[in-house]
Amino acid sequence: MSLKDAHDAPAPALAFETHPSRYKHWKLTFEGELARLTMSVQDHEPLRPGYELKLNSYDLGVDIELCDAVQRLRFEHPEVRTVILSGDKDRVFCAGANIHMLGASSHAFKVNFCKYTNETRLSMEDASQHSGQRWLAACNGTTAGGGYELAMACDEIVLIEDGSSAVSLPEVALLAVLPGTGGLTRLVDKRKVRRDHADVFSTLAEGIKGKRAVEWRLVDAIAPRSKFGDAVLARARALAARSPMPAGAKGLPLPALEPTVEDGGDTVRYRHVTLKVDRAARTAALTMAAPTGAQPDSAAAIAAAGAEQWSLRAFRELDDALLRLRFNHEQVGVVLLRTSGDPQAVLAADRGLHTAQAAGSWLAREIVLHMARVLRRLDLTARSFFAVIDGPESCFAGSLLELALAADRVYALDDSKRPAHLAVGPLSGGALPMSHGLTRLQARFMGEPGRVGDLLGSAEVMDVEAAQAAGLITVASDDIDFADELRIAVEERVAMSPDALTGMEASLRFPGPETADTKIFGRLSAWQNWIFTRGNATGEKGALTLYGKPERPVFDWRRT
Amino acid sequence: MAIASELDTLIPNNVNLSADRKLQRALEQWQPSFLRWWQDVGPEGFQGDQVYLRTAISVDTDGWAHFDHVKMPDYRWGIFLSPAEAERKIHFGDFMGQPAWQEVPGEFRNILRRIIVTQGDTEPASVEQQRRLGQTAPSLYDLRNLFQVNVEEGRHLWAMVYLLHSYFGRDGREEAEGLLERRSGDSDKPRILGAFNAPIDDWLSFFMFTMFTDRDGKYQLYALSESGFDPLARTCKFMITEEAHHMFVGETGVDRIVRRSTELAKLDPNADVRKQGGIDFATLQKYLNYWYAISLDLFGGEISSNAADFFGASLKGRFKEAQHEEHTALGQHYDMDVIEDGKVVRKEIPLRTAMNEVLRDGYVEDCQRAVNKWNRTIQDAGLTGIELRLPHRRFNRNQGIYAGLHFDVEGNPLSADEFKRRQDEWLPSEADRTYIHSLMQPVVERGKIVNWLAPPARGINGQPFDFEYVRR
Repeated sequence: MSLKDAHDAPAPALAFETHPSRYKHWKLTFEGELARLTMSVQDHEPLRPGYELKLNSYDLGVDIELCDAVQRLRFEHPEVRTVILSGDKDRVFCAGANIHMLGASSHAFKVNFCKYTNETRLSMEDASQHSGQRWLAACNGTTAGGGYELAMACDEIVLIEDGSSAVSLPEVALLAVLPGTGGLTRLVDKRKVRRDHADVFSTLAEGIKGKRAVEWRLVDAIAPRSKFGDAVLARARALAARSPMPAGAKGLPLPALEPTVEDGGDTVRYRHVTLKVDRAARTAALTMAAPTGAQPDSAAAIAAAGAEQWSLRAFRELDDALLRLRFNHEQVGVVLLRTSGDPQAVLAADRGLHTAQAAGSWLAREIVLHMARVLRRLDLTARSFFAVIDGPESCFAGSLLELALAADRVYALDDSKRPAHLAVGPLSGGALPMSHGLTRLQARFMGEPGRVGDLLGSAEVMDVEAAQAAGLITVASDDIDFADELRIAVEERVAMSPDALTGMEASLRFPGPETADTKIFGRLSAWQNWIFTRGNATGEKGALTLYGKPERPVFDWRRT
Repeated sequence: MAIASELDTLIPNNVNLSADRKLQRALEQWQPSFLRWWQDVGPEGFQGDQVYLRTAISVDTDGWAHFDHVKMPDYRWGIFLSPAEAERKIHFGDFMGQPAWQEVPGEFRNILRRIIVTQGDTEPASVEQQRRLGQTAPSLYDLRNLFQVNVEEGRHLWAMVYLLHSYFGRDGREEAEGLLERRSGDSDKPRILGAFNAPIDDWLSFFMFTMFTDRDGKYQLYALSESGFDPLARTCKFMITEEAHHMFVGETGVDRIVRRSTELAKLDPNADVRKQGGIDFATLQKYLNYWYAISLDLFGGEISSNAADFFGASLKGRFKEAQHEEHTALGQHYDMDVIEDGKVVRKEIPLRTAMNEVLRDGYVEDCQRAVNKWNRTIQDAGLTGIELRLPHRRFNRNQGIYAGLHFDVEGNPLSADEFKRRQDEWLPSEADRTYIHSLMQPVVERGKIVNWLAPPARGINGQPFDFEYVRR
């Protein structure tokens, strides 16, 4: 069975939890305020059989570990001010995403793989920007394609100067695809490489090394082999000195979530989150429960509550469920989002975080930043999301209201005997921004910006009628109509083209400004995903298909 | 730079240098850098001596081998291409049948440049590796041969630089500078290929290098002399004639050791060559194993998409491509032993992807021919039970599909521990190296030679062995 067939057949379900003690491809070590994350990819440990991970090339398995490391560095090692990202192979830093893996993967897998790796790199930038945990790429050799994109996700890049090691984006010239893990965007947006230089660089398979790499802003510094270690260390310390990370913060170990997986992966139960897939209907129910009991209300209480507090635990669960949904349930078209519980408890948890963060609690800040990342993962998930308000305990309050605001539509059962429990909370006003920098309330009310302030000024827990008046409900219907209304909407939705829906939803979800993040997902990724389906890349004679094979690609020369 | 007429005398060439402003401009910069490089890291301690050297002053039969005593820094490094073949057509790969390219096709500019830079980098690298050898030369004849090899490696550098200057614009000029900036063994700016970063500081290694490593060069040059890029093909074709001398130095050098060792064996009551101050066959075999394996690595991976690209793009052919029946190499396979789960398994590899191995096959055969010759020398001397052998091509490899695995000289898989335990049986030990170094005593008296080496059958250019090949 070829790898391609292996992807078309039901693949073994993927799981996304790991721990440094189980890393195959990375080494994570600590030296006071510095951490070293060293790429050491094991050739013979691909996530799926059929390819070898040569020259520190990566697949999803490698990136899952990277994502875990980024996350743990923030929660478990607040003492770390600079992370030095390097490789342990001679003359190679990282050769990028494994071409043979990409060439043999299904389109859906490739797209989700790229999205995940993009999210991981954004989480590195998020760590630097919002937590002051800086990243330094110590490129100890060839830094190609995804390897250079990974380096660009860092604050600074030091490249070894040995007469041969270069940074490069060979995708266009060699593979007829794009450096789609943020490469092109970061080149001109983040590193501010002059666009004509960027054009030359992006078509030069062998890349650019030495002084010109510095002159063109492709790297921040070069150092010969004998001085490389010292140069890296000096830069790492300088970055650390400018970091606002608090001194003396004590890390918080993140325990495994260990969900119960039933029905061959179709049901995944966590403590606060449940994912239940209906394969026949191509739908999933994703339900998130509010916390119960008293919630931590101060920095000290938040530190004491640790990793088990709802705000952290529940959103980690939601994150894991979203990843499983993306990778293990490709055919699910509509996700029904439901919440349950006591809105006051959610609001109390949010308030605790808000107060503690304002008082300088690093942990409260990390928890909120994490919630924001998970919600952005939801925004970026290519499925139709319908928020459903139909249970007696529905609870779209505070941070849970974001789920309804992230959804493409909100369906509510209008029943005066069942209060709907919608409420804006202290995190609704800007703590949980979308990729383009707006809050979900702002994005919702582009045409009526006054509503945002009105809502934020109100502490009211709304019923359906009030919520509808406030513009938070798409369709409200009474108990006679509701079930049918929802059923028909779902059946109609799952019957539409998944491609058209993906494009439509991605276009409608982000009204307003653009940021580097949205350019990566909305422009770079969109073009990349189009190119992935084109014959010039993935046809029988496409460059990606034929990479490493004896024939040379044949292109269709018509430009669109 | 000198006026036109002087220029062609200073730099012998058949590329119309005196009328080529682009090339003049480039060389104006580069030539002084080259001379500085030669003074800095060229042969140490002999720059002021008169050496009986062959200089190519034209490509005619009587012009490519002009002999004279000359100081090495005054050597006239020239630029020669084999004469153009009228209306030459590309004769392999995807562009077969089209006229050979006289200019670099933009599509292949970068890979061609990489091919040329990689080839070019080995030339100055070997001069750097050998720079101290002169101080332990076994005879004036050998000293002269060393310097002939060195100046010709220098000329081969010029040949590659000519291509970079003439066809690759500013990037080419920068790469040409880079060829003089990298240094063998300097970890801050090493030469591109690993094998060219270890010093060659004894003459046994030098003979092995010119026998085995330069022979890789021969095969690379043959493959590139087939190139659809005509200037590269013609340049390489002319280089092959010079490379032949280097391999002659190596092949006859080892043969002269073998001959001397048979004599010393017969002198000793226990046939103990070392006792007689010579190089014993066991040590000779270990050096052979080492250099053969490291040279096999230079051909690149057995299964190589680069090799397939080079062939498909009609940039690099096979050894004597015309002798093959079919020239697209599509839809054909090559049976290769690959390693799967620690076992050797025979697999069908698409022919284009196996081109490095195809080239390596010819090389192995050529090496075997030389080894057979050495064995005949042993037999002719009446010694029995002694035979030199090429190790299996899986032995001690650091590139390709056998890299990181361990095999004995017969090609049988071994554990890393067992290889480590037994490697002194197959590769020079510290003690062996110390012994070989102890033999490296210079002999600079005319007509004399060191004890461990036999004199050559004949001298250079019809001169006797007893000739002042190097005038101090």
